[in-house]
Amino acid sequence: MGNLTIGCYPGLVGSMTYDFALKLADAAATKGHKVSIWFSGNATGSVKANQKHLKDYSTGEKYLKALLEKGVEICTCEACTVARGVKKDEGIPGIQWNAMHWYLAKIYSADRVLLIGGE
Amino acid sequence: MSDVKLAFVVQKPQYKGETSRLAITHAIAYQTVEILLEDGQTVTPKLCFIGEGVLGLQKGQNAMDLYGITSTESHMKNALLVDLDVLVCKEDLAKYGIPEDAMPNAEEMGADKSIQIVPFTEIQKAVEEAKHVLFF
Repeated sequence: MGNLTIGCYPGLVGSMTYDFALKLADAAATKGHKVSIWFSGNATGSVKANQKHLKDYSTGEKYLKALLEKGVEICTCEACTVARGVKKDEGIPGIQWNAMHWYLAKIYSADRVLLIGGE
Repeated sequence: MSDVKLAFVVQKPQYKGETSRLAITHAIAYQTVEILLEDGQTVTPKLCFIGEGVLGLQKGQNAMDLYGITSTESHMKNALLVDLDVLVCKEDLAKYGIPEDAMPNAEEMGADKSIQIVPFTEIQKAVEEAKHVLFF
């Protein structure tokens, strides 16, 4: 099985790009591939716990928890996250917090890398 | 020893969004990635600016004075200080009327490297040599 690293940069709300990144990660993990996701930029706002899922808006928490249960490694850029006012103890449990070198380290061993860009 | 070559291709202008800035900071992070890898494993990015990505790179920026944020110029200098290869597309600079000598350098800070203004074919070569290409 392959090793896929996804860099995810778009915001949770405002486009379906973020949703696509998570769906793609889920599909790959379901097939048995090793998947890691790096959140940077506006995507980091999605790691805050206790999101209310209003049906008019995308939600991250429910799907992120499901991905974690499937063994997907998820890490958020700490600098990007705290810049958006999200504190570490407010984050979804299981999501790692680290610096940009985490993403580069995952890229090192990846068979495929997808950078799903922001705005 | 095993090195993974990467090409960071920046197509979006600086300041318009965050992504083009993140390309530079992610590339600079190559300097500390070794703490998460085994001995002898390295990652070597090349930072390539093409199309609208060449906009907002000029020297003389005052982002800190005007907006209280670090400038792209300072990030470019930091990239050079950590010995990143920074390639800027010659044709695209000409297309936007940006003189080549408007590109910043970090000589005064002691950097060994300078921004390389190269034809697109050189950027294409960097892309072909890379194991992974990341478009910003």
